Amino acid sequence: MESIINRINQQKFWSFHGGVHPPEQKAITNQKPIKTLSLPDQLIIPLQQHIGRQGDLLVKVGDHVLKGQPLTQSANPMAVPIHAPTSGKVADIKHSVIAHPSGFTELCIFLEVDHQDTWVKRTPCNDITRLSNQEIIQKIADAGIAGMGGAGFPTHIKVNTKPDINFLIINAAECEPYITADDLLMCEHSESIVDGIKILDQLLSPAFILIGIEDNKPKAIDALKKATAEIEKIHVCVLPTKYPTGGEKQLIQLLTGKEIKSGNLPIKEGIIMQNVATCFAISEAVIHDTPLLQRVVTVTGQALEKPQNVWALLGTPIHYLLNQCGFDNKGMEKTPVIMGGPMMGFSLPTDTVPVVKTTNCILAPSYKEMPSAFEGSSAEVECIRCGQCADVCPTNLLPQELQWSAKAKDYPQLKKLNLSDCIDCGACAYVCPSHIPLVQYYRVAKAEIRQQQQQEIKAEKAKARFEARKQRLEKEKIARELKHKKAAEARKAAMNKSTPEAAEAKSAVAAALARVKAKKAASQKSSENTASTQASEETTIQDNKKAQVAAAIARAKAKKQEKIAPQESSSSAENESVKDDKKAKIAAAVAKAKAKKEQNKAAESEPEQAKASTSADKKANAIAKAKAKALAKKTASNNSDDSSKEQKAPLDKEAKKAAAIAKAKAKAKAKALAKKDKASDVKNNSQDDSQISNDNDNQDISQTGTPDKVKDSSDKDTKKAAIIAKAKAKAKALAKKQLASESASEESQMIEQQKGAK
Amino acid sequence: MAFWIASSPHNHIQKSTSSLMRLVILAAFPGVLAQWYFFGWGNLIHICIAMITAILCEFIILSLRDKKISEQLFDGSALLTALLIGVCLPALAPWWISVIGTIFAIAIAKHLYGGLGHNPFNPAMAGYVMLLISFPLQMTTWQPPLSLMEMELNFSNTLTTIFTGFTLDGYSVEQLRTTIDGVTMATPLDTLKTSITMGLTITEATQSAVFGEHFALGWEWINLAFLLGGLYLISQKAIAWQTPVSFLFSLFLCSFIAYSINPDSSASTMFHWFSGATMLGAFFILTDPVTGATSVKGRVVIGLLAGLLVYLIRAFGGYPDGVAFAVLLCNMSAPLIDQYTRPRTYGHSKESS
Repeated sequence: MESIINRINQQKFWSFHGGVHPPEQKAITNQKPIKTLSLPDQLIIPLQQHIGRQGDLLVKVGDHVLKGQPLTQSANPMAVPIHAPTSGKVADIKHSVIAHPSGFTELCIFLEVDHQDTWVKRTPCNDITRLSNQEIIQKIADAGIAGMGGAGFPTHIKVNTKPDINFLIINAAECEPYITADDLLMCEHSESIVDGIKILDQLLSPAFILIGIEDNKPKAIDALKKATAEIEKIHVCVLPTKYPTGGEKQLIQLLTGKEIKSGNLPIKEGIIMQNVATCFAISEAVIHDTPLLQRVVTVTGQALEKPQNVWALLGTPIHYLLNQCGFDNKGMEKTPVIMGGPMMGFSLPTDTVPVVKTTNCILAPSYKEMPSAFEGSSAEVECIRCGQCADVCPTNLLPQELQWSAKAKDYPQLKKLNLSDCIDCGACAYVCPSHIPLVQYYRVAKAEIRQQQQQEIKAEKAKARFEARKQRLEKEKIARELKHKKAAEARKAAMNKSTPEAAEAKSAVAAALARVKAKKAASQKSSENTASTQASEETTIQDNKKAQVAAAIARAKAKKQEKIAPQESSSSAENESVKDDKKAKIAAAVAKAKAKKEQNKAAESEPEQAKASTSADKKANAIAKAKAKALAKKTASNNSDDSSKEQKAPLDKEAKKAAAIAKAKAKAKAKALAKKDKASDVKNNSQDDSQISNDNDNQDISQTGTPDKVKDSSDKDTKKAAIIAKAKAKAKALAKKQLASESASEESQMIEQQKGAK
Repeated sequence: MAFWIASSPHNHIQKSTSSLMRLVILAAFPGVLAQWYFFGWGNLIHICIAMITAILCEFIILSLRDKKISEQLFDGSALLTALLIGVCLPALAPWWISVIGTIFAIAIAKHLYGGLGHNPFNPAMAGYVMLLISFPLQMTTWQPPLSLMEMELNFSNTLTTIFTGFTLDGYSVEQLRTTIDGVTMATPLDTLKTSITMGLTITEATQSAVFGEHFALGWEWINLAFLLGGLYLISQKAIAWQTPVSFLFSLFLCSFIAYSINPDSSASTMFHWFSGATMLGAFFILTDPVTGATSVKGRVVIGLLAGLLVYLIRAFGGYPDGVAFAVLLCNMSAPLIDQYTRPRTYGHSKESS
């Protein structure tokens, strides 16, 4: 490091590869002092004027703001606040074209200037040494200072680093042709600049401070040398004029001989670079509590009558500056107006674009002066591989090879040729005899590569997500299978144990299996039925009514038979009656079961074939009904054989009771059936219901069966009769349901027929 | 107010490809004048024939390729090719030699490979080599310098010789080349080669009149004139200095080594420098940017390789001069050389770049 300083003291510097010497054209403006313009009527202040994020709005439309009042704020360190450059009213907050090559619009505050220029309250600080580093950094951040050399990186982040800095380099090279803003600032405000450098010195405590300045600014060099004469740490380094000396990496190489590794920041080498205008802004902010409200802008070019440097408030529209400097487009329909220098500046889409923190020059050239700015890329011819571009490239790239790869969209090759190290300086395109807009090709390629990378990242993320999901599903599946296996094993083990629970479980399984089979059969059957699926409410009601009617008929019949039975009674042995009793019971149960079965079937097939049931069903029902009736008759006659005449009266009573029960049951059944009709989830429900009803019937039988043993024979007889009646009623109800579609006359006919059979 | 949108940089050096070509043609003037002085009108006539052919050919092919004729026809590249072919041909070669050579150079060597900027071989040299291989007789009927000729060869005589094969007085090209002694004269390089194969030493061989006082009568001045033009081009930064310097150095080195080992059968270094097409090749042909290497190192390598090849062909090859072949061989290797001589990019270590 000492050797570096020794070399610098001898004014010997390193050099960088390439570089060009475009006409400097600085004499147009560098002899005139910086002019302070009158206030424009309107300022357009973009919310974002730097690299990073925009802050949150602090004002709304209609607010009156004072000069220096912050307009945005944010807790985000990458957000830099903006301030009202003068007092006035916020007229509007809307999107407007900003100072960007794309010509995009961004949110801007339109400030109606009240020409009072009223300041907010300021608290100047006379002794900066009393401030702590954090206080200074806070002041810099609050003042909204972003690098004024062109990139616009937030300054408070750049100066807030670990105190291990070898070199603080102040970039005063101003290598772009035409621009003299920094030159004049150094001439007129060298003391303030040195104050700013002192503040940076306090913050960063670098080993050495180097000011890099090109030798085409003798006045500025003198002024700086005078201002820094007493500070040993500061070295003013006068460099030969060559574009792009002012590039960060190039200036570092010139002054220290060090190369910054590709992709690294200079801070890694212990180097920090600040623009000279930023130093001025820092001193203004820290010492005078003046936020960044204005900057020196070189308004130059041969299309202007009075080209000069001006103090322009941030937000000043370009047309105001051009008018102040006597812009004359000399009848040219389309003239370029460039923000920045001729090498790296960008042409503006409209004249409403405002001055921002990074605007150092407005260039309005004449056609004679800069014909290629008027022609665009129309003059492009084939590359002849002359290699002049490679000779002037400051990063030692091969521009002609890059150009071929960029045209071929060969991105891997572009990466291999280190396109990302291109600093867009434009030296290659400047010298190209074929007038190829090389930088434009690189910009497009860079943007496309960036886009592709983003897409790749996106795709990678999506892939990872998909893989994770697949894995998760796989895992879940395995876990589920394992659980099922375990459960099955547990069940098996439990079943194999010879406990009553196990037996029950077994039988339950068997029952379930049987149910499933029955269901299957039923569904098969129902699927065979192709009858219409409309089950109307009316038919249900009708069914209900019919069922009631049927129940009534059954009741009547039972009564009748009971009455008849004693009349036809004859004496027979008790043994016989017991036998008969058993038979009758069995028969009744069979009938009931049959009826149930039919009912189930009917219930299952009901929804599908509400109106018309198949003839097979009908037949089966009819047979069942007939059977039941026949059986009932038989048992009744049998019963009547046993019963004596004396037992008539109680028997009568019993019979009545039984009939009542039968009636109630029949009603319940009918209702249940009606319900089933309506149910939508038919199959399962009907299955369950039938199960339940079966159970109920079993209960009924057992209930009615128990007193049988206790009571006398006549008692038993009446019970039997009741059961028969019940069975009959059920069968009838079922039959009614099944024959719902048929006419009542048919029904009555059948009953009559049955009666006749009796 | 809307402005005209352009991409940076907005400034330009205001040099163009055509101005570059014009500069090269201009720089060749001293050499062409020297040639005229020593060898008469022959080459000038051939240059004119070649240029007319080149323009016609370029026009037809540009129209076929739907290119902007107005911009590309006079970009100078075709004219430069024609000039180089005209300079290279034997002065009294028949007219159709330059016509065929130029058509081949423009139509096949240049446009069939994609036109300006895309041709892998130097069109002029490709045309010349094609002629040399296809028409060896016509291409080797070199005429001696005017001062050694028996007959006076004025403009009209030259013109009729080129177009009819005979002078106005009815002398054929063979008769023009013959001395009073009945010996056909050739170029110094040719003479040297023949002498050495006949077993003569260099000293004996250079007794021949074609060698003159220094190295090669007439040719030395022509080479000097091309060297002058080349230095002008370098000073104008129209050509890269690396290729000619390394080429001349390489040729010097090779001939110096050979001369040191065997001075009897090896020509001197300066003879190699100032005879044949050495300087023309060094400054006007090898420096063709399209077909040469683009990196600085690559240019040096190309120059060294060309020097070695020229020497090898001159010393051991079947042809007296080897610039055309050397140039074509270097053109072939240029892409490969470029591949391996990429400069280290700023901020990258040697390995990664």
